[in-house]
Amino acid sequence: MSDFTSSFWPIFITVISLAGVIGCALLLWVTSKIKANSPNGDNTNGHVWDENLREMNNPLPRWWVWMFIITIVFSLFYFLAYPALGGYAGKLGWSQVGQYEQEMAAANAKVAPIYAKFAAMPIEELATNKEAQAIGERLFMNNCALCHGSDAHGSKGFPNLTDHDWIYGGSPEKITETITNGRMGMMPPMAAAVGNEEDVKNVAHYVLSLSASKHDTARAALGKEKFAVCAACHGADGTGNQALGALNLTDNIWLHGAGEEAIIKRINLGVTNQMPAQSAKFSPEQIHVLTAYVWSLSNNTNPQ
Amino acid sequence: MQVSNSQSTTYNDSVVRQFSIMAVVWGVVGMLVGVIIAAQLVWPELNLGLPWTSFGRLRPLHTNAVIFAFGGCTLFATSYYVVQRTCHTTLFLPSLAKFTFWGWQLVIVAAAVSLPLGFTQGKEYAELEWPIDLLIAVVWVSYAIVFFGTIGTRKVKHIYVANWFFGAFILTVALLHIVNSAAMPASMMKSYSAYAGVQDAMVQWWYGHNAVGFFLTAGFLGIMYYFVPKQADRPIYSYSLSIVHFWALIFTYMWAGPHHLHYTALPDWTQSLGMAFSLILLAPSWGGMINGMMTLSGAWHKLRTDPILRFMIVSLSFYGMSTFEGPMMAIKTVNSLSHYTDWTVGHVHSGALGWVGLVSMGAIYYMIPRLFGQKQMHSIKAIELHFWLATVGIVLYISALWISGVMEGLMWRAINTDGTLTYTFVESVKAKQPYYIIRMLGGLLYLSGMTIMLWNVIKTATSGKAATATIPPVAAHA
Repeated sequence: MSDFTSSFWPIFITVISLAGVIGCALLLWVTSKIKANSPNGDNTNGHVWDENLREMNNPLPRWWVWMFIITIVFSLFYFLAYPALGGYAGKLGWSQVGQYEQEMAAANAKVAPIYAKFAAMPIEELATNKEAQAIGERLFMNNCALCHGSDAHGSKGFPNLTDHDWIYGGSPEKITETITNGRMGMMPPMAAAVGNEEDVKNVAHYVLSLSASKHDTARAALGKEKFAVCAACHGADGTGNQALGALNLTDNIWLHGAGEEAIIKRINLGVTNQMPAQSAKFSPEQIHVLTAYVWSLSNNTNPQ
Repeated sequence: MQVSNSQSTTYNDSVVRQFSIMAVVWGVVGMLVGVIIAAQLVWPELNLGLPWTSFGRLRPLHTNAVIFAFGGCTLFATSYYVVQRTCHTTLFLPSLAKFTFWGWQLVIVAAAVSLPLGFTQGKEYAELEWPIDLLIAVVWVSYAIVFFGTIGTRKVKHIYVANWFFGAFILTVALLHIVNSAAMPASMMKSYSAYAGVQDAMVQWWYGHNAVGFFLTAGFLGIMYYFVPKQADRPIYSYSLSIVHFWALIFTYMWAGPHHLHYTALPDWTQSLGMAFSLILLAPSWGGMINGMMTLSGAWHKLRTDPILRFMIVSLSFYGMSTFEGPMMAIKTVNSLSHYTDWTVGHVHSGALGWVGLVSMGAIYYMIPRLFGQKQMHSIKAIELHFWLATVGIVLYISALWISGVMEGLMWRAINTDGTLTYTFVESVKAKQPYYIIRMLGGLLYLSGMTIMLWNVIKTATSGKAATATIPPVAAHA
């Protein structure tokens, strides 16, 4: 897309840019031509302010004038070589997008053979390959660790990748799918469906009872019935549903916070949790190596 | 309101005194906040876990305090001092001048309250929300009326070069502030920029770079052009150099903003123009340095005995260094390494601590005894000590950030043979820690020098009393 909305602007830019640079040269030339006038014969221009402020008539330092001229001449050549004057693309045909694409293509071509040899290997095998694991770890540290942590233990809202609690499934295929396309987890606010404030509290205690966490048994018993609306996603036994990304409520792993208060908050407000898709960032071969690393985090492997 | 200033036989220095004292006070405050946030970068726990004391809120407080409170008060004080003496007349509209003092202090206090509370427009060096922006505009227009009114009622034919620079600084800052702060208010303390997307970024950096160019350069060149020849008792080196570098400087600065947006959504041609004009800017910048330095020819020996002159000359050396470094960093290839690193922060501070800070201190040390009817500052030894603390502080500060900036730039771009980054981001952060400690110590030295200055200024002011200076007769040929 052109940067300009009409053909006037590129011409305008060109004219004022050239006039600006050439104007600097003219200023230099005109000033160097001015004859110094020293009425008092003391090499000052005769002006006096505040008793003793005076100005001397010394000429412009020659080296400084040359430095100025060199930058002016350089700029004119630069305008010829690079895009600067409105719509003119420059003799070298350089653009920052072009430079980026060129560098990326060169880099991708260089690394492609490295990843190609891993492409045919199954994940289980890659997970024991020292070289692949080292690459996978570097990919993880620079791209995944920001959210999941350098030790992959995650934090509130960001799943731990080293336990066996997989929200969308822990098979190599599922992990690849998650990395490639990202995930969008969504639990709607459920308070209205559950009932009144007391009902919400009771359901929360029932949820706590599922993992044998500290709870009020009387409230849990009352909440059991109301849990039916939750069971649609989390399952009747509360073990979750990986097809939906509904969390397992029985394993005492709390992605969005443990305890009565946190659970009530989730029932009342729901939660939306996104992992962004990585497909634009990596080639499928790179994702293959990364998948093996992530899979290995929770599967006992011995890289050799 | 006293309109006519033609009868007065004395200078109006009360507003100069007020601004000079507050410049030193705000200097200590602003630099203290700087040292605190430098310490937070080493020990993040010093954020205290409170929103009001977090780095993100204190950093704009630091920049606003040192630039607009310390730098601003210095510029008001010196320009009011200089314009009267070089026009041989008292200030135009003294009551308006008084208003600029109280108005500017109100702006500073409003900034000091609203920034920690989290109110910001999100534009660097233009964070203050719209009601404060309006107050700034009113104060600034008043400043322009006082300054140009004084020029207009001058008793000498020629306008002295310092006033060209002060004048350019006042006019341009008005223009920059009003254009960049244009916003649609949404509530009392929230507004949305009048510009969108890359245009907003370009307007912001047109503002940002010219805030450096006019607030922190042209204004302080005005200071240099009066106080260096005065303190050295020598004429300005070259009148024609003044002319060329003045016009070239104020023209070229206007174009250089895009170098803050290299390799971004800004169109290629805009980036190239910004880079080329940044290179052209080298000679006009050095013109000021040469004119100041060479003014000392025949008086170099004074540097041995006069710490005030030393402040001014070392400040010119830092000015020369940072105006050389700036155009180099504007080159796309260099910028791709330096951008977003500590190198930029170091560059800014070599200009801010070295040039702006030292020349301000020199000028204030010059004015204070004269404003309070004293022969000299209370302690010359303390000025000497201040000079060394400041200089060593600056050297520690900028060399630490050069190293850490280049190091992190190289770490960010280091790539393994498999195409992955060699270092994670957090590794580059960890590697910088020792340099952050050195930088904090440098800042601490600079701050301690400023604190000594505050003591010295208070001692001088309290042992003297407000002096009234008589306007001397105009010399022939002026």
